[in-house]
Amino acid sequence: MWAWILHRVTGVGVMIFIVIHILDTWLIGFGPEVYDTVMNIYRHPIFRLGEVALVGALLFHALNGLRVILIDFWPEAGLFQKQRQLFQVVVVLFFILYVPVAGYMIWDIIY
Amino acid sequence: MKVELFIRRFNPETDTKSRMVRYEVEVEPTDRLLDALNAIKWYQDGTLTFRKSCAHGICGSDAMLINGVNRLACKVLIKDLGDRITVEPLRGFRVIKDLVVDMEPFFAAYRSVKPYLINDEPAPRTERRQSPEERERFDDTTKCILCAACTTSCPSFWANEDYIGPAAIVNAHRFLFDSRDRGAAERVDILNSKFGVWRCRTIFNCADACPRGIEVTRAIQDVKRFLLNARI
Repeated sequence: MWAWILHRVTGVGVMIFIVIHILDTWLIGFGPEVYDTVMNIYRHPIFRLGEVALVGALLFHALNGLRVILIDFWPEAGLFQKQRQLFQVVVVLFFILYVPVAGYMIWDIIY
Repeated sequence: MKVELFIRRFNPETDTKSRMVRYEVEVEPTDRLLDALNAIKWYQDGTLTFRKSCAHGICGSDAMLINGVNRLACKVLIKDLGDRITVEPLRGFRVIKDLVVDMEPFFAAYRSVKPYLINDEPAPRTERRQSPEERERFDDTTKCILCAACTTSCPSFWANEDYIGPAAIVNAHRFLFDSRDRGAAERVDILNSKFGVWRCRTIFNCADACPRGIEVTRAIQDVKRFLLNARI
């Protein structure tokens, strides 16, 4: 159940980002000044932390998405214990990939 | 040992909403929760209402929400629940009284998948033969006791009560994969509809809840793949 909840939360989060991203890209139509002003807001540490969260959401959603595809097409993966093991693999892979990336991004914000 | 039970009660004649009522009972750790409920009903408060029948985990009457998960009261032991136990009615159905819910929508969904052998071919002189391997294909889904623990643990069902739910799909699986059955075409419409199998998001609550250990989610996935490849 937690895999599904996290998948849904990260999915909605990424979708909200995409909507904002489409809107800010659209601002280029009003000229470079408007666009640059908005882009400068994104340099604020709060938005940069949001970026760290975005990478995490994308990474989890992608990894768990592969798990869901396995559950859909590989009958064995539909077994309760098997899908649980697959979720554990997703969590481990997530941390292996995310910790260095998030560390680097946060280090970049601070220094 | 003494245990505290917090039971969600609702009397349609006096209550507008449900309330938690606390009871204390003396039970053995090896007693089942059903024994504790009976102890309350028989010796403390005869108005406590719940369904039970065989008391041996096969009739499917006493599925309820126990410590936050769907279990059969007659199968789960007190020692596995601790000394503070919450008992609530199954989620997603109208509560008739206390722990009794209206199961009619559940059985309507069950009937909608035609859970019986359909075969118009002339009956052979002897049995319709089936190999052990053919029987094995649907063995898991023959175990269903229609207790509704799976369907009422499913967030997709909570979100949309028109979803036919895991139990109906399990029972469709029982016949779809039976080599003697010819009724696939009659079942496909409802299974493939917007209230059919595609509402399953592989959350796995159903497989966790099943007191018979049926791999419910895998059965649903089997049906999805059947629909994907079906030539009907």
